[in-house]
Amino acid sequence: MWIYFTRRLFLALAIVAVAVTLLYVMIHAVPGDPASIMLGPRATPELKAELRAKMGLDEPLPIQILGFFGDLLRGDLGTDVFTGREVGQIVFEKVPFTVTLIATSIGWAALIGIPLGCYSAIRRNTIVDKVTGVLSVSTIAIPSFVMAIYALLIFAVWLKVLPAIGAGAGGLLDTLTHLILPAFAVGVSWVGYLARVVRASMLEVLGENHVRMARAFGLPEKRIVFRYALPIAVLPTITLMGVGVAYLLSGAVFAEVVFARPGIGALIVDAVDSRNYPVVMGCVVVTTTLFVAATTLADLINALLDPRAREG
Amino acid sequence: MRTSDTTAAEESRAEADTVRGAGALLQTWRLLRRDQLGMLGLVLVVIMVGSAIFADLIVPYDPTQIMVGPRMAPPSWDHLLGTDHLGRDTLSRVIAGGQVAFLVALASLGAALSFGLLLGLTAGFGPQWLDNGFLLLFDGVRAFPVIIFGLATVTLLGPSLWTVIFVVAVTSIPIYARIVRTQTQAMKNNEFIVAERAMGAGTPRILGVHVLPNVIGPLLILASMDVPLVITTEAGLSFLGMGVRPPTPSWGTILNDGYSYIRNSPWPVIAGGIPIVITTLGFTFLGEALRDIFDPKLRKDL
Repeated sequence: MWIYFTRRLFLALAIVAVAVTLLYVMIHAVPGDPASIMLGPRATPELKAELRAKMGLDEPLPIQILGFFGDLLRGDLGTDVFTGREVGQIVFEKVPFTVTLIATSIGWAALIGIPLGCYSAIRRNTIVDKVTGVLSVSTIAIPSFVMAIYALLIFAVWLKVLPAIGAGAGGLLDTLTHLILPAFAVGVSWVGYLARVVRASMLEVLGENHVRMARAFGLPEKRIVFRYALPIAVLPTITLMGVGVAYLLSGAVFAEVVFARPGIGALIVDAVDSRNYPVVMGCVVVTTTLFVAATTLADLINALLDPRAREG
Repeated sequence: MRTSDTTAAEESRAEADTVRGAGALLQTWRLLRRDQLGMLGLVLVVIMVGSAIFADLIVPYDPTQIMVGPRMAPPSWDHLLGTDHLGRDTLSRVIAGGQVAFLVALASLGAALSFGLLLGLTAGFGPQWLDNGFLLLFDGVRAFPVIIFGLATVTLLGPSLWTVIFVVAVTSIPIYARIVRTQTQAMKNNEFIVAERAMGAGTPRILGVHVLPNVIGPLLILASMDVPLVITTEAGLSFLGMGVRPPTPSWGTILNDGYSYIRNSPWPVIAGGIPIVITTLGFTFLGEALRDIFDPKLRKDL
């Protein structure tokens, strides 16, 4: 158990290290250097040299990478060249907004998707099952940004029932009403994903020996489903949700832009627009770490709940 | 229980199918016709791909020509999907946008497949240390959320069609490479490979003649199911203004323009989103039907 935990954590650290190194190497493999990209075409050579020195770009590549890792370990993500503020501070003050959005989205999707999948599996091949199946595929097929724009159009522009802009000025109710549309847009395809996965794994579990045994003992169907089948059938959704954080992050980028919500997504889009290099780097490092942390956490929870997963 | 008669009959039919390639196609078509959602998918895909191929012939107006009609007009007989804020014909832009979407899909998936095959075969057939190194590299690349990686790349390369293709290709390579690697490793110690090696065949021959044909089938099905993902990424980046540059029409830029004027006219937004949904649905339905026919083992949900 502990061996698996340590190995998995070590692997996660290695993956983040490789990803950050790749990013760094990619930046340098590209023609034109960050300094001239940031300063635009009319910068003088002296200005460029000064900025390169300031960003540490004039040192050899391995030294730069090591230095970057050293800074990362000290929690230093660099300095925003435009405002002079620390990138770490800028990024981390946006993290709560994005995490709230992602958690709300996956939360409501799980509350609806898991029971829906469970019901479909029990009432297999009924109308409800077939409608759920087609609806699942359809919601998966609609990209989150199209969903976000359509939700904005219907509920904020036509019906004018929900606020479209920002994250609310404060107050729980205000925050919640501002969260409804973005969370709907980001989460809706997850209802479909989760329903499909739970349905499939539920069908598998319902055919297993211990369930047949419970049936043979004459246990009531409700008890079989909720006590013996469902706890096993939801296990695959944990891994799915861990991997899904990447898609949720991408979905959050669009939702934040469409609904003008503050968050990492809105931040990185702004930073790319203004070629604010250190901020882009900071956002990529933080989101990548978040994603790897989520998949690792999902794997660890899975291993904790399901002894079979520890062997792999 | 199968009787030996039916097995023999099946075998002879399988043989006949390999003799006549057309027979296998016909068989697939028969199976596909029974799948209603699969047929729906095929129809949608044919419509979308067809309109992209013949875009230049069927567009009613020049998609980049401004003021072919009034600004922000609702649908009418002259402009079936209305016009945008510059008075461009939205239907023409939607049709031309399909061309961009499928061009990106074809180029990026083609590149991802070739590199994925190459790296996967190397990792699967090469020495252990190389395999481990590649795996770590693949996982490192996959650790970036696609859109975030795309945005970072745009900062470096600037927004363009080629940047989008590059982003999709780079993020898809590890996925295909991993699948090829696993399949190659599973096949490496098969008897027919060992026999081939004993007869003195070199690694290129084994990989090219024996391993490649066995891994390419499932890979192509997976790639065709990834088409929606690619189209979504292209439209998404273009929507953020980080993909295809104006005035080139793309479903994403149509959505972006429409979003800016959403309070004036809903039509550009509606027209820009629907083709993405139709294409995605079409490829998903068709892909799932084909997968069930060719290789039920690939099913993730059963």
